[in-house]
Amino acid sequence: MIPSDPKKVTKICFDRIDIPDQLKLSVARENGAYKFLPTVLEKFDADQIIDEVKTSGLRGRGGAGFPTGLKWSFVPRNTGKPTYLLCNADEGEPGTFKDRDIMRFDPHLLIEGMIMAGFALGVHDAYIYIRGEFLHEANVLNEAIAEAYAANLLGDKILGTDYSMHLTVHRGAGAYICGEETALIESIEGKPGRPRFKPPFPAIEGFYRCPTVVNNVETLSTIPAILEHGGAWHAAIGKPNNTGMKIFSVSGHVNRPGNYEVPMGTTMRTLIEEHCGGLQHGTVPKVIIPGGSSTPWILAEHYDVPLTYDDLAKAGSMLGSGAVIVMDETADVVAVTRRLAHFYAHESCGQCTPCREGTGWIERVITRVENGQGCENDLQVLNDASVHMAGRTICALADGAAAPVLSLLKHFPDEVRSRLKEKSS
Amino acid sequence: MSAVENALPQFSEVRLEEIRALIARYPHPRSALLPVLHMAQEDFGYLSMDVQTMVAKTLDLHLMAVREVVTFYTMFREKPCGTYLLEVCTNAGCMLNGADDLVRHLCDSLDIKVGQTTDDGMFTVAEVECAGACAGAPVVQINNAYHEKMDAAHMDAFIADAREKGGEK
Ligand SMILES: Cc1cc2nc3c(=O)[nH]c(=O)nc-3n(C[C@H](O)[C@H](O)[C@H](O)COP(=O)(O)O)c2cc1C
Repeated sequence: MIPSDPKKVTKICFDRIDIPDQLKLSVARENGAYKFLPTVLEKFDADQIIDEVKTSGLRGRGGAGFPTGLKWSFVPRNTGKPTYLLCNADEGEPGTFKDRDIMRFDPHLLIEGMIMAGFALGVHDAYIYIRGEFLHEANVLNEAIAEAYAANLLGDKILGTDYSMHLTVHRGAGAYICGEETALIESIEGKPGRPRFKPPFPAIEGFYRCPTVVNNVETLSTIPAILEHGGAWHAAIGKPNNTGMKIFSVSGHVNRPGNYEVPMGTTMRTLIEEHCGGLQHGTVPKVIIPGGSSTPWILAEHYDVPLTYDDLAKAGSMLGSGAVIVMDETADVVAVTRRLAHFYAHESCGQCTPCREGTGWIERVITRVENGQGCENDLQVLNDASVHMAGRTICALADGAAAPVLSLLKHFPDEVRSRLKEKSS
Repeated sequence: MSAVENALPQFSEVRLEEIRALIARYPHPRSALLPVLHMAQEDFGYLSMDVQTMVAKTLDLHLMAVREVVTFYTMFREKPCGTYLLEVCTNAGCMLNGADDLVRHLCDSLDIKVGQTTDDGMFTVAEVECAGACAGAPVVQINNAYHEKMDAAHMDAFIADAREKGGEK
């Protein structure tokens, strides 16, 4: 159970994660699932819920960190159109694997969060867009949803109230871009996932041009605790403007890779040394990618950075999805950049020229550099291709593709030069 | 494309029932396209032009609307693959933990290149993008099931076992 004293909170989304048989509704309920739901449906109204979420300071856990309560308040009411809730479970950002654990170990937490969010937004049809590769997780969710329907936690007149909501799991089919919210909407409309121009934002015109809220799995899974304990309670955890707990998915050269839920503001060093058992080789990391492969790299000088949106921005990067990829002294940073360049070139949807052409260029040039066939001018080409696509496209994929290349050139120009065919002095 | 209309592959009655229920869950039937393509791939092994034509008819969509989706998403296959599809994640987290060596080992021991299938039709090796399970690096997806912290010895054992069992998955 989550303590009502914010100072004593050690977990929110992972509170029940270690309990065996959690997938069964009866076991989840014994451990607190859906306990507060009747109170929300009977005693709360939409404005009250949105206010609590605003007070909580919760920011979106999918990558952009947009305040959740504010996003919900943009949804127009009485438009005569239905409002939809889409849960973003695409989890495609390299290094990220947190939503998978919520879904496969505590699916009822996500379902409960979606019912509460749906109730606040007046939603009657909600969907979980899950990446196609997560077949097991989709099956787990479907079984949990079936049990929830049977217990009248979903469907018509939930728990005897006037509120009805249907929930459907929708599998993607292997396209990173479909994690971008407007591409996700295109995809669930049965089309290729090509991002839409914003505005209009999905809150106004989203799924089939109706008001739509897209939220990440972790964001929605935090809602039950916020409503039960109050927005102020959540705001007292972590740091101002960076409230609550956050799950960090740590991978790469650490001894105990895994998901760790810690209070916002925990330092990177504490996360890596205390939680992950330190590095595989050496004592200081060579590179840390702090928020998924699309975020700029930080070096050992920022090892003590507190893990918050604001502190990572000050360190020149982003908290992103909380996917921490750690590289120790053995890492070949040119090879890693080439591999990420391949990823972005493969995943670019191709509709914007700077990204379609730029990601391909970058992959070809960095591959040649890695293979010892590059020349001095290639550094300029890599820089220009990156700078000229970032910020010039419909979505942020191009910015993500530029981040590793610009980081490599900024922090490791000598390592790049040492790989060139004609080495300049 | 030459197939005569009545020679097209068909979904079973059970599947069609499932598809009707699925369509009812969306504001527009077109939303059922991805799930229906997953079903078709499961039932027919891969999405031949005939299967795509049949899916288009089932959902009352133009063939082009189906084709552009099939070709956009990596999980949809237009060609058959081996009984065992071995998909190794080689993105950053797995790369830092030996994924490239694992791919090399698989290709060498099966005597094929990435993307190819063994002559007996048993194994296909492919590289895939981040599987979203980096704590278990390197990750290999075998026919949609995740196998984590894989190494050469594990894969050798899996392959030997699969060969012993013959063609069954
Ligand atoms: C290229 C790209 C990929 C993205 N992938 C994901 C993803 O896999 N999961 C996710 O939750 N958000 C992803 N996002 C962010 C979403 O666009 C959106 O901000 C998020 O789903 C909003 O939910 P939140 O406010 O709860 O974080 C991605 C964004 C971009 C530009």
